Amino acid sequence: MNADWVEQVRAGNPRAVARAISAIERGGEEARRVIIALFRFTGGAHIIGVTGAPGTGKSTLVNEIAKQYRRRGQRVGIVAVDPTSPFSGGALLGDRLRMQDLSGDAGVFIRSMATRGSLGGLAAATADAVKVLDAAGFEIVLVETVGAGQNEVDIARNAHTTLVVEAPGMGDDIQAIKAGIMEIADVLIVNKADHDEVSATVAALEMNLNLKPKTENEWRPPVLKTIATTGEGVAQVVEWIGKHRAYMEAHHLLHARERARARAELEKVVQNELMARLLRGVNGTKFDTLVEQIVAREMNVYAAAAMLLEEGR
Amino acid sequence: MAERPIRVLVAKPGLDGHDRGAKVVARALRDAGMEVIYTGIRQTPEMIAEAALQEDVDVIGLSILSGAHRELFPRIVEQLKQRQLDDVVLVCGGIIPDDDIPLIKQMGFAGVFGPGTSTQEIAAFIRDQVAKKRGARAS
Repeated sequence: MNADWVEQVRAGNPRAVARAISAIERGGEEARRVIIALFRFTGGAHIIGVTGAPGTGKSTLVNEIAKQYRRRGQRVGIVAVDPTSPFSGGALLGDRLRMQDLSGDAGVFIRSMATRGSLGGLAAATADAVKVLDAAGFEIVLVETVGAGQNEVDIARNAHTTLVVEAPGMGDDIQAIKAGIMEIADVLIVNKADHDEVSATVAALEMNLNLKPKTENEWRPPVLKTIATTGEGVAQVVEWIGKHRAYMEAHHLLHARERARARAELEKVVQNELMARLLRGVNGTKFDTLVEQIVAREMNVYAAAAMLLEEGR
Repeated sequence: MAERPIRVLVAKPGLDGHDRGAKVVARALRDAGMEVIYTGIRQTPEMIAEAALQEDVDVIGLSILSGAHRELFPRIVEQLKQRQLDDVVLVCGGIIPDDDIPLIKQMGFAGVFGPGTSTQEIAAFIRDQVAKKRGARAS
């Protein structure tokens, strides 16, 4: 990267932003340098997570939401995550295909990301890629998760406002009351509202929300209907994102979320560092030998861990 | 610097809508361990160059069946140059007459893959080209 890359990122130069994100994805010392240099310029963006099952229309919706913000004159960064193959290590990143309307607009930056083995719906580098876009002055950063199942809830920790996208006919009222992804929604969206069964889906989601005991001043997620392919209902989504933001600010919840996020991030970095330090202190083949012993039932995993910790001191 | 998976943009410039070939290649490159950004049909030269820039790809693979490669390819190369993306490996496939291949290579395309090429051959070629570029940059 050039000597003045920090200034270039801050000026929103797309090449500098793209390269900084690549450095973060590669990890290691270079990634660390990027974040150390940019961190103090972050904190200005409203980070919006978009999650939901595969095929519910997340990418198309992100395309429409971005257009709404552009009409309001705000710059939009997008990180779209798709899964890495556990077999080949390759990935097909297809979210951009649904975001062609945004092409040619210098106020929009889209980056596709593969999970590279990370679970939870995001890539390990996603949070830091968002920081690059934040430092580059994008007021809105949209993060689209992989097509999520029930438990890919990492996005809630990384976003200020989380949208959970459903589609009609994806499950009954029991699905709606299960724990996990349904619980992280700040805004619930039933997309493809021109399909049948949309009222049943909305009713199931509303019922679930109504079952929750009310506490004072608690945010109640709205259930919104959209047709992302035509843009119908999307203005309302953006309006509610704004309401959620205002609510968080009024109740000092933004700070609480930031604190939870900082805590989780710090824990993760310390874990990784400790692990790396430990493995540096351990004879290179030791780890593999212990793995073999566990497989052969000669050793249990707790005893092996204790040995590693002892030796790596 | 750790090696990253090879990132490839697969796009169809111009107006022909037959994307089966591009999808087959995209899928094969995925299976070869690459990260494939698939943008699909009706891409303008500007859209292709902009996506390549934002996605920081190592390779651009273009599929074209319409016969417009002589018009579109130079414009794509020009758009890439404007964005200083001269070091991206360019490959293409589809229906391209043999007589045009020297011209296309002159434009800066490293590989031209016609009908009947095996996908393994394409993947191996890409891997080889990217290894050379990365080697050159490191030294």
